[in-house]
Amino acid sequence: MTYIGILITFVLIENFILTKFLGLCPFIGVSKKMDSAIGMGFAVIFVMSIASLVTWLVWNLLLVKLELNFLKTVTFILVIAALVQFVEMVIQKISPPLYKALGIYLPLITTNCAVLGVALIAVVDKKMNAIESFFAGFSAGAGFLLAILLMSSLREKYETEWIPKPFRGIPIAFVTAGLMALAFMAFDKALLKNLLGGG
Amino acid sequence: MIKEFTKGIIRENPLFIIVLGLCPALAVSTQVVNALGMGAGVIFVLLGSNICVSLLKDFIPEKVRIPSYIVIIASFVTIVELVMKAFTPGLYKNLGIFVSLIVVNCIILGRAEAFASKNPLLHSVLDALGMGIGFTLGLLLIAVIREIFGSGTITLFPIQAIGFDGTVKLGWLNEYPGKVWSYAAGALLVMGYLKAFFNWLQTRRRIPRESKGEVAHAPESEVKQVS
Repeated sequence: MTYIGILITFVLIENFILTKFLGLCPFIGVSKKMDSAIGMGFAVIFVMSIASLVTWLVWNLLLVKLELNFLKTVTFILVIAALVQFVEMVIQKISPPLYKALGIYLPLITTNCAVLGVALIAVVDKKMNAIESFFAGFSAGAGFLLAILLMSSLREKYETEWIPKPFRGIPIAFVTAGLMALAFMAFDKALLKNLLGGG
Repeated sequence: MIKEFTKGIIRENPLFIIVLGLCPALAVSTQVVNALGMGAGVIFVLLGSNICVSLLKDFIPEKVRIPSYIVIIASFVTIVELVMKAFTPGLYKNLGIFVSLIVVNCIILGRAEAFASKNPLLHSVLDALGMGIGFTLGLLLIAVIREIFGSGTITLFPIQAIGFDGTVKLGWLNEYPGKVWSYAAGALLVMGYLKAFFNWLQTRRRIPRESKGEVAHAPESEVKQVS
């Protein structure tokens, strides 16, 4: 798959939130305000790109070589948790303003299933190479950013509208996400074929 | 003590009231059998991790508690993965990466952190069972609605003895299914409507003359509402 193909696949066709349900908790939880949604989106892109590269290294250089494939869940989640902690410390040291912007979202990302999801899909299932895995992580993060941006701009509009009482808050967010998912169904494999030719 | 068990089923239902563990709930709820398999996996992991965390709570240092919980949870998830792969390969294929993703299911880490690390063994076991069963029932509710309206079938385990192939077909619903419910969008819509319904139930229950019996019949009236 070409790089542009990976980008289109993970951002539009297989958008992690709207077609695969990965990363729904932060998507619903943090999309109330535009600012926090942007912060979360960039933090996710950052962690997902690095995490998929590091898990590629661990998987191909360590687990496959030693025939310890069954340990993938334990190692991947540990690697991701350690990585998030490490990234948090590095950012805090190098760039305090960035830390202030991303800081509160970073610990949340450990339990974001999208990070583990992209590692499992790109590295284990699709058997991409190192650079492709890195790029897949980046693209999936970009898809997350796109979805959470759309969602937060819609939810800011809701604040001034009247909504039936039981639907206020989380339920209307789900219904909105459902309608967004319907719209995203327009992007399918045929789109990729038409854009890039062949497939 | 019995309260620790029942609270997870309705009053603090992890899916509809606390809204945790959404990713697997929506992704695997296209067929009833997948929901049952996922529920069983989650109950097992939740039980195992709650027992371990509760037993080890005095030995785990405060600072490294989250990584320790994650390792405990990941070990049980690996057990589930290997057992499922060996005994029910079809189910394992259907659930795909979501078996591994039980490890980041916020319900499990949430219960370890919020309950098992502070309470004795027996309470933690009851809490895990209640929460696990509550999660499974919620998952089942979503799956039943989605499968009935999305494809007009109810898929269960095949039973050879009575010649049951594992799928119940529901007449005209099967011939003219509302495909949208089985797509990703349908899951999000069902979840939104169900959550709204539970919000509505909660506000109703505050009025004192409502008896508890009303709540027990929630699933039936729900199906009507969604249709």
